[in-house]
Amino acid sequence: MTRLLPPDIEVERYELYDWLENIETNRRDFFRIAGGGLIVGLFLAEGASAQRPGGRGGGGPAEIGAWIHIGEDSAITVYTGKVEIGQNIRTSLSQVVAEELHVPVKDIKMVMADTALVPNEGGTSGSRTTPATASQLRRAAAAAREALIDMAAEKAKIERTSFKVADAKVSGPDGKPALSFGELTQGKKIMKVIGPAPPTAKADKWTVAGTSAPKVDGRAHVTGSHQYASDVRRSGMLFGKVLRPSAFNATLKSVDTKPAEAIAGVKVVREGDFVGVVAATEHEADSALAAIKAEWQTTPQVSSKELFKHFKERARKGGGGGKGGFGGGGGGAQGSMEAGLKAADQTVKATYTVAYIAHCPLEPRVAVAEWNDGKLSVWTGTQQPFGVRDELARALGITPDKVRIIVPDMGSGYGGKHRVATTVEAARLAKAAGKPVKVAWTREEEFTWAYFRPAGLIEVTAGVTKDGKLTAWEFHNYNSGGSSIGTQYAVANQKIEFHSTDSPLQQGSYRALASTANNFARESVMDELAHAITMDPLAFRLNNLANDRMRAVLEAAAKKFGWENQKAAAGRGFGLAVGTDKGSVVASCAEVAVDSDKVQVVRVTTAFECGAILNPDHLTNQIEGAVIMGLGGALSEQIDFENGRIVNPAFSAYKVPRFRDAPVLETVLLDRKDQASAGAGETPIIAVAPAVGNAIFQATGQRLRSMPMAPKGLPKAG
Amino acid sequence: MPRIKELQINGAKKAIDADGDRSLLSVLRDDLGLTGCKYGCGEGECGACTVLLDGHRVRSCKTPVANADGKPIRTVEGLATGDKLHPVQEAFLAADSMQCGYCTPGMVMSAVGLLETKPDCTRDDIVRGMNGNICRCGTYTRIVLAIEQAAKAMKGGAR
Repeated sequence: MTRLLPPDIEVERYELYDWLENIETNRRDFFRIAGGGLIVGLFLAEGASAQRPGGRGGGGPAEIGAWIHIGEDSAITVYTGKVEIGQNIRTSLSQVVAEELHVPVKDIKMVMADTALVPNEGGTSGSRTTPATASQLRRAAAAAREALIDMAAEKAKIERTSFKVADAKVSGPDGKPALSFGELTQGKKIMKVIGPAPPTAKADKWTVAGTSAPKVDGRAHVTGSHQYASDVRRSGMLFGKVLRPSAFNATLKSVDTKPAEAIAGVKVVREGDFVGVVAATEHEADSALAAIKAEWQTTPQVSSKELFKHFKERARKGGGGGKGGFGGGGGGAQGSMEAGLKAADQTVKATYTVAYIAHCPLEPRVAVAEWNDGKLSVWTGTQQPFGVRDELARALGITPDKVRIIVPDMGSGYGGKHRVATTVEAARLAKAAGKPVKVAWTREEEFTWAYFRPAGLIEVTAGVTKDGKLTAWEFHNYNSGGSSIGTQYAVANQKIEFHSTDSPLQQGSYRALASTANNFARESVMDELAHAITMDPLAFRLNNLANDRMRAVLEAAAKKFGWENQKAAAGRGFGLAVGTDKGSVVASCAEVAVDSDKVQVVRVTTAFECGAILNPDHLTNQIEGAVIMGLGGALSEQIDFENGRIVNPAFSAYKVPRFRDAPVLETVLLDRKDQASAGAGETPIIAVAPAVGNAIFQATGQRLRSMPMAPKGLPKAG
Repeated sequence: MPRIKELQINGAKKAIDADGDRSLLSVLRDDLGLTGCKYGCGEGECGACTVLLDGHRVRSCKTPVANADGKPIRTVEGLATGDKLHPVQEAFLAADSMQCGYCTPGMVMSAVGLLETKPDCTRDDIVRGMNGNICRCGTYTRIVLAIEQAAKAMKGGAR
């Protein structure tokens, strides 16, 4: 792999660079896809594409981030590998481009997550789209604007400095000439690859970015016309179903597929332990699957009730330091725990647990697979279009260039759709059937065969002086992960470790990863410490919090909530928590009402800061959604499993928040126009559970140390 | 189960040929291409598949198509009049009451059914009446606001 392009040079003589040979080859493809005109892509400096799994491969387009095409008809099209999951990046990225090109948001067309058309920008995760892609697109759009000015100046033979871009036109002195983008790009095929430098608008000068532009395709959603992957219908398409083992890790002992094969129009596919059926309707496919008689060899497996003991027993020696966990990072030691505890007036030693929970995207995993001349096209909902492409290529023994993944804006994911097994299932069935096949998981399959947010066991030992200074902090997380495991508070003596162990269930990414678990334990223990020295929990936090951004959100949330005026009464309590993750900071205050054993969250106030805000209303929407989702994990959601089977794989038994559970939501946005924009889809979830738990303690005197805290109402005391 | 040969959808008769015990959801989506109604759970718990059958809100995933025989069915595709959206659709758009939007058509139909039977909904009525619909993205408070706005618009004679 040769490298070679100084990142700060605007390249036009691309033929000089080895690296650009691929682009030269691909250039024809780009223009064939997009039509003539101007294409501007941003060269990613070393490390900028680090999020892309598998490292750099092949060079060429993969080294360029999202790019912008300005067609001969003035159409502006953005090509990005990022996926719209409901976080509204289709809107916010459009705003960023519109800002720099001085056009209305509606003039921007976004082509997203079609592996045949877009660059590989890694997955859509880790709250990276805003800090990475939005920033790259801003610069690419600015470069495109500058290039259009160059073209206009050259065309009119007038000095470029007298040109400006406004209302989708490039205008010269006194508005003449006024050339549309298309008039400038007519008959041209120009590709520019730029470095990081073109001038972009400062956040305090934004007029399109930073405003509450409505969801760009909202109308398609309220009319039902948006086509999700679930809605894709191909000519001759059949419906596929896959035989599931009776338990996790079971192997097929025997199978009789004859009764299914006897049904007219049904085809049974068997490859080793993989048994599937295809039929003209889903109903027929269901009937065929039900007709198959299978026996499975199962093995005894760990159940929910012995999970945390199991984690402890199977913990790998020496701590994991993030390995084998999710989110990695954090941890370490400084000072002496012994000295810290000796200096303390009060100590707390507590164990917290977090259950496995399911993402429950309302659109279950789905794929429509179609083979044509040895090439495979798959429509699916995934946060990793290129990862899924490579996985399919491996599974089917073909090269990745033979696989095309198309991701229509999806029915949510929350970190749950990185791996999407329906794609391989549909591809295998479609190959065997010789026709396009759709595999859509049932809710029960989704609850059983998807992966979960990791469960965790967290042990904390902490010490504090009677005047409210933290002296010691020891924190061990088993299994759930290392995200935001480090404490945000200043404490001289600390020891923080993540321990990888054995997970009986498949686990993976989830909105904010382990930050929720770690912040739940940390912020609950902080509350325990505050109560131990009878200090106000807000004052205690501020006393130990060095980070100004975190102090600001905590103070803003407390002010909006009216923290100082809240008086706990029988059955009513107030709690707060603060946290940080992925470059943003959040604080939540919660008010709860506990009536006999029913816990109702009445009000949640959240203050959030993620740098310069791209779209205030959509940011508010993300925060509100994260709070609601956080309440599910805090109070009611848990995967119950026994001996390799999920006991509650249905919405009737697995309780996600509903209308009745939604509290009054108050949201305070701190807009830091002097700071780069950070992502916002994840962090607002992390302070919810501890704020609620701390409020329940105030209301009842009961300290709840297990998420979910009240799956069947308030647990019996003792 | 008898075969069902025709459905009355959004004011028009549609020829079909389906087993009577197939779900109304699958016939609407797979046979008629009306993909606005969604599969979310198949247990009648999430409301993504909500359509109006004879004016009542039903979970089409749990409704055998035979039960819809001879009765008027309304789906999200039939709400707008030409380019003019139904007040509930307008209100959802105005309040940006969605994120991924997968629950939205079911929410919209559920809200239309609710407001048509109970035009004077209080906020509590809306919460109670919508509790069978799940929005996993958590836009509940926005949806309640949208329905309140839609109720006002509908009473104002917008429809």
